[in-house]
Amino acid sequence: MEKEDNNLTRRDFISRTAKTGVALVTTGVLGYWLKKRERFPGEVELSTTMNDFRVNLPANLPDIVIVRNSSPAELVKSAINELGGMSRFISRGDVVVIKPNIGWDRVPKQAANTNPEVVKTVVELCYNVGAKKVIVSDVSCNDARRCFRRSGIARAVKSVGGYVILPEKRKFKDMKLGGKVLDVWPVFTPFVETDKLINIPIVKHHNLAGATMAMKNWYGILGGRRNQLHQNIHESIADLCNFMRPTLVILDAYRILLTNGPQGGNIQDTKEIRTIAVSVDQVAIDSFGATLLNKNPEDFGFIKKGYERGLGNMKLNEMNIRKINLG
Amino acid sequence: MKIKNIRILRRVSQTIFLVLFLFLLLKTEFRGTFKKSEVETIRLNYPVRVFLEFDPLVVFSTSISTHSIYKGTIWALIFIGITLIFGRAFCGWVCPLGTLNHFFSHIKLRRKGAKLIKSNKWKSWQIVKYYILIGLITAGLFTSLQTGLIDPIPFLVRSLSVSILPAVNYGIRGILNGLYQTNIPVFQHISDFSFAALGSTLLSYKQTFYHYSFLIGVIFITVLALNRVITRFWCRGICPLGAFLGLISRFSIFGLEKYPEKCTECNRCLLYCQGGDDPHPKDRWKSSECHLCLNCQAECPEGALKFKFFPSRKRTQITPDFQRRRILTGIVAGAALVPVLRATSGLTKNYNPRLIRPPGSLDEKEFLKRCIRCGECMKVCPTNAIQPTFLEAGVEGMWTPMLIMRIGYCEHTCVLCSQVCPTGAIWRITEEEKLGIKTGKPVKIGTAFYDRGRCLPWAMDTPCIVCEEFCPTSPKAVWLKEEKIVKRDGTVTTIKRPYIDPKICWGCGICEHVCPVQDKPAVYVTSIGESRSKTNQILLEKKTDTGKK
Repeated sequence: MEKEDNNLTRRDFISRTAKTGVALVTTGVLGYWLKKRERFPGEVELSTTMNDFRVNLPANLPDIVIVRNSSPAELVKSAINELGGMSRFISRGDVVVIKPNIGWDRVPKQAANTNPEVVKTVVELCYNVGAKKVIVSDVSCNDARRCFRRSGIARAVKSVGGYVILPEKRKFKDMKLGGKVLDVWPVFTPFVETDKLINIPIVKHHNLAGATMAMKNWYGILGGRRNQLHQNIHESIADLCNFMRPTLVILDAYRILLTNGPQGGNIQDTKEIRTIAVSVDQVAIDSFGATLLNKNPEDFGFIKKGYERGLGNMKLNEMNIRKINLG
Repeated sequence: MKIKNIRILRRVSQTIFLVLFLFLLLKTEFRGTFKKSEVETIRLNYPVRVFLEFDPLVVFSTSISTHSIYKGTIWALIFIGITLIFGRAFCGWVCPLGTLNHFFSHIKLRRKGAKLIKSNKWKSWQIVKYYILIGLITAGLFTSLQTGLIDPIPFLVRSLSVSILPAVNYGIRGILNGLYQTNIPVFQHISDFSFAALGSTLLSYKQTFYHYSFLIGVIFITVLALNRVITRFWCRGICPLGAFLGLISRFSIFGLEKYPEKCTECNRCLLYCQGGDDPHPKDRWKSSECHLCLNCQAECPEGALKFKFFPSRKRTQITPDFQRRRILTGIVAGAALVPVLRATSGLTKNYNPRLIRPPGSLDEKEFLKRCIRCGECMKVCPTNAIQPTFLEAGVEGMWTPMLIMRIGYCEHTCVLCSQVCPTGAIWRITEEEKLGIKTGKPVKIGTAFYDRGRCLPWAMDTPCIVCEEFCPTSPKAVWLKEEKIVKRDGTVTTIKRPYIDPKICWGCGICEHVCPVQDKPAVYVTSIGESRSKTNQILLEKKTDTGKK
């Protein structure tokens, strides 16, 4: 009987040969295919993007509107009004992303983050003209949960129906900035995947850049090793401004930080000057901001670079500046 | 109530406590709730440390080592009281690790029938846990608290926080990020939706990483796996909390009454016995081993077993079969452990300069009397800086917390670690006390130093000063000097070079964290100057009260 068991039937022979054959062919094909895929694991080629959220505006608008001496909400409202109202910038159904400075785990009176009332008012104005969704975000330096909470911005924004997005790793995407020093960097995608973008920086002292205002605020869209940017700070700021063209810039100078920047900590380093400036030109608004710190636009490398690269105007005397005093 | 219903009640109780435990553990994190009216202070919304505060071994062992009871740990007296009345009900009804062991012992039982019955008979090795307890308590008496290594509640909190949950996070994130990166809208929506759903529950705000997480996980999984060999092996043979409750259960007035005349020797009572306490009517019941799971009474078809108040103790053994010599061995081992550990250099001489304890931590010797290595501080730290030590604090300090600034840093105004510490190893401090707002003396955890051979402005004539930008004190501890330099090509220029003011620096480590010289930062923190130590100081300064009560 044993002998019979060992007998190979024809059926068996065919089936086993076929299985072995299929396995052999599969191995060969798979090997060939994978071999063809061999290449050095390098970076994927990206094309340069420029994020232009500007809108067409009438030529007779003032280059900068400066409003002084009132509450943050009133200052913002009257400044925007002077430019013809928010509807000039935001259309019905737009998704609007707002980029305040929420860099630090500080409270409002320490003037290290944008004033929460200013942000809140802008959110309201956007909704008033029919924005579909208003999102506020920033890539903070300190722990974002603490920054968003203690700055008061998250709460202020939520109280008027705005959305708060904390930075999360998966929403960063490598993008080609195509700058002079910044090439490919991870960018927090909500800032580029939107209809309109409003930059709301605060005026602060900064030891290396001299100051941080609108132009430097774009540091907060980047992830990755952004601590390297200091090595060529002025050029990298200009690179970022070339990459990001916001719909509107609202400069919060309600309470500014004069020294120990950019995060301060001591209320004696701050000064309440109750001023808001609005412009669509990021270089121009920083040039004005410089004067609030008792300096000239020429004192700042990044402003000069921005001007030289045609990103905006730094000659305050050439501009049509509208000043309003509500006091 | 029928005994079977009471058994259901027990299962409900086990489930509730396990779920509550996991819920509180997942809530041991500030997730960014923006609804509260207060803006300035950040606290957790739930009393996340209660399981540790209610742990009888925590209060017993820390009161042995510190001769006092710290804040909420007084609550554990409730379970001590329950044990004095009912016996080890905690093990069978409450303990979350006990419940996990119970679950993994009984899901798809591997042993059946006679084998199962035999394995559930009392075994002489079950007495080992008492000797472990005796050794640990003796060590505690001589100022080295080691109970936390295997006290079930700290053990479970640590294993889950430092190993299992981060691994679960990593896995889920991997899958969801993979879906998101496909750039296919449907998958991205699924990913976003899952993140939104899990983001406030199972997933932490960001992926955390822990030193020696793997080792801690392997130990935990081994403990669970041993249940497949012997039912509740940990609870029967190792658990020092079970041993402690077993010892004091001798006073309990509730227990098992046996009616041997009714017994038909079917052995059903042994089928599902959890504690291995010999409920069989013909044997002597080992009351110190019983978890009060009530399975024996529920299984007995003859009514030969009954749990009741004031049972007769004719067939009960209330103290384990101690051997005097082994008790002595336990005591001697525990007592000898301390000098052996301490005579090793490390605690007093040649200590690790990178052993940076969380803010509010007590002086090292006092710290080691209190820290139960539960890992709550590691779980709650928003920057992931607090890590379990392996040998950095000596063998004695294994799994105690230390800050690794390359992973995180100490957030200037955060005191969450001190808020969750159940035993006061990290004394509970407020933001004001941490920053020294009233006293003018902040709580220092170390001091930063520059490695000028690696620092960009110092060694490479390149502007940088990210450390200065991030330095959170006011005025900044990092200060700059504008210095004239001659570059390689002969050009003369100026550069800002950073210096540390050791009077202001409190060692938060954010400078080390953000230094662009990533692999080995050009600025780093060591423990020198830490407030908790009288000796680990550089500057001649009159020490003032740190503001702690």
